[in-house]
Amino acid sequence: MSSAATTTYVLRGARPLGGEPVDLVLSGGVIAEVAAVGAASPTDAVVVDATDLVALPGLVDLHTHLREPGREDAETIESGTRAAAAGGFTAVHAMANTTPVADTAGVVEQVWRLGRDAGWVDVHPVGAVSVGLAGRQLAELGAMADSAARVRVFSDDGRCVDDPILMRRALEYVKAFDGVVAQHAQEPRLTEGAQMNEGVVSAELGLAGWPAVAEEAIIARDVLLAEHVGSRLHVCHLSTAGSVEIVRWAKGRGIDVTAEVTPHHLILTDELARGYDPTFKVNPPLRTAADVEAVREGLADGTIDIVATDHAPHAREDKDCEWAAAAFGMTGLETALSVVQQTMVDTGRMTWADVARVLSAAPARIGRIDTGERAQGRPLEVGEPANVTLVDPAARRVVDGAGQVTASTNTPFQGHDLPGAVVATFLRGRATVLDGAPVEAAEAQGVRA
Amino acid sequence: MRHLLSTQDLSRPDAVRILDTAAQMAATQSREIKKLPTLRGRTVVNLFYEDSTRTRISFETAAKRLSADVINFSAKGSSVSKGESLKDTALTLQAMGADAVVVRHQASGAPHVLAHAGWLDAAVVNAGDGTHQHPTQALLDAYTLRRHLSGTALAAPGASGPDDAAARGAGLDGRHVAIVGDVLHSRVARSNVHLLHTLGARVTLVAPPTLLPVGVQTWPCEVSYDLDATLAGDTAHGGPDAVMMLRVQRERMSGAGAGGGAFFPNPLEYSRKYGLDARRLGLLAEHAIVMHPGPMNRGLEISAQAADSPRAVIVEQVANGVAVRMAVLYLLLAGSDEAEVAGAPAAATAPLAAPVPTVERVPAS
Repeated sequence: MSSAATTTYVLRGARPLGGEPVDLVLSGGVIAEVAAVGAASPTDAVVVDATDLVALPGLVDLHTHLREPGREDAETIESGTRAAAAGGFTAVHAMANTTPVADTAGVVEQVWRLGRDAGWVDVHPVGAVSVGLAGRQLAELGAMADSAARVRVFSDDGRCVDDPILMRRALEYVKAFDGVVAQHAQEPRLTEGAQMNEGVVSAELGLAGWPAVAEEAIIARDVLLAEHVGSRLHVCHLSTAGSVEIVRWAKGRGIDVTAEVTPHHLILTDELARGYDPTFKVNPPLRTAADVEAVREGLADGTIDIVATDHAPHAREDKDCEWAAAAFGMTGLETALSVVQQTMVDTGRMTWADVARVLSAAPARIGRIDTGERAQGRPLEVGEPANVTLVDPAARRVVDGAGQVTASTNTPFQGHDLPGAVVATFLRGRATVLDGAPVEAAEAQGVRA
Repeated sequence: MRHLLSTQDLSRPDAVRILDTAAQMAATQSREIKKLPTLRGRTVVNLFYEDSTRTRISFETAAKRLSADVINFSAKGSSVSKGESLKDTALTLQAMGADAVVVRHQASGAPHVLAHAGWLDAAVVNAGDGTHQHPTQALLDAYTLRRHLSGTALAAPGASGPDDAAARGAGLDGRHVAIVGDVLHSRVARSNVHLLHTLGARVTLVAPPTLLPVGVQTWPCEVSYDLDATLAGDTAHGGPDAVMMLRVQRERMSGAGAGGGAFFPNPLEYSRKYGLDARRLGLLAEHAIVMHPGPMNRGLEISAQAADSPRAVIVEQVANGVAVRMAVLYLLLAGSDEAEVAGAPAAATAPLAAPVPTVERVPAS
């Protein structure tokens, strides 16, 4: 094991996956012991009172925009991963749409190294499918897979791989190294100039419509392609009731497809565009209440495998303007777990064990980071890596963008009262968050990998 | 009224008050000296991000007839990518002490942002934003409709001209207006649907399905794909009392230039199915009027016979535009300031000061 935290922690009275309270002992980078409450008392241990706190395996985000290299004014790998830790994450997948684009081994290795140096979470770069995200020619997928970054997830996210033959080739090619193509499903011709979901609200506001069919048509095509070539497909941030239906159908046929939904699509609707506040401008757009219900149902029944944040920080000037001129995207790392709790757990649709599945085990499995030295998304069992998130489900907090850890303030939940708070996060036994605040590596006396 | 951003924000009393005030303004415009001192010392900025000579001139004329100082600010290009951001422009106007900002912008919602982002204290008047709203156009259309479709003007079609006395305080109850053409991209259509509905009129939108927005079924109007049937009265509303033709952008919307995204096959087919020509003019009731917000494409959405017929009130719409915009600026800037109105020379303010009620400052929704 390359990581060895020097501090031993006892998480006293924590409830693994919301179950009966136990003491979790984190030592030497692994879960050393699971004992009855009060029974664990290793010498020189730091005891964390985890009474009434839910213990989850460290969260894994399959869809994060860290903006570095290129837009360090919006976020850096340091600030973005610190925000991730604050949100309970121990691993993030950094999307490829940076400047320069992460389409070569050199760029993905740089991102990977900066993430390792920052030390807040494991950073797994996503490689671009096509050179420059241009959708014309495959990027060096093999070189990225073989690099130090060991890239397994490939995506042109922000753009759709709309050319069917390029998509087919990408799906086939990544089979050689068990990769997956994560598709941003958006038919470009149907969404030229599109600003928001096409429907009643867009008609009234005079904002160019973004039809659900533009997403659904691509997903339908891609699941059929994946079936034909026997490849693994991941659908990014699906947002419509129709998309859920198509994925459900595909899974029923045995097609190897996984799907994600964002926290914001679990809770927000296109009605929010009425104030022309570009905070609510996002790609894919916020949809209708019926779509929100459909994605919740899809997440609860397993049609949708994971929740991924699509954390998209933007510099303030890119949002402080008229709607059409504003950038797409909203932050999400520090609110994701709360939104999942509010929409899925507090409503009785999912258990904390389900939360661990959709925010940790399944995304780690899709990203193929669930094995090896730096395995993520593992069960909370003795001998497993000490990647643990402690959540206080009874806490409530009012979201304030300026007070968040991320370098950007474009949270759609400004002023919202959300349930749940991350109290502590441990990455291989190193406390990255304690008492709800990020802990610098030196303070924690933890040892970086 | 704090701002005028959308006709959806206008209650019926608000709308009727603006139309009645416009009638008073219009009455002053037949005098030898047209200028009123009402807005002396106030500054109105025309902030135009899109070229629109006729709307800008109309607002400029309205403001000058009320003795306001007028500044024309032509700002081409959009924020962030090109030139100064909307925010910085707003802060600049704020620093210069603008009392009202009349804004035309290619982005839907830009006036809403100007009014509500906290950058600016001035009253904001939407002079057309993207494909969203153009409330003063709808108000001048309603004003024109009311003159022609109230009282004796309607009772004795053709016999008497517009009836301004009967129009006072009235709405458009029971009148039927057909709005024909590119509804999808039209801020004029959106503004009119809501305002005419608020005033009690029935509205039928007539367009090819490609030029109607998804979601139009929730609007307070009927929808027809058949202009002949609508004009002949073969609809739920019967024949129209007025037909409003919308401008169609020939190059952008059809033919090879637009590729597969064309909204109709070619201008000829559009004209054949949705143009107002002499034959279709003959289908209209005797009292029915023909309107167009301008500028017209003669030979495309409207033929010369229709545009130049005695039924056409298109030139009158332009004149009414000045009166309506005077009324809007007056109600936004002086309507709640009795002292200022009272302090103005009696001769000029007399016809205004008495009947114009105080306008409450209600925050726009």
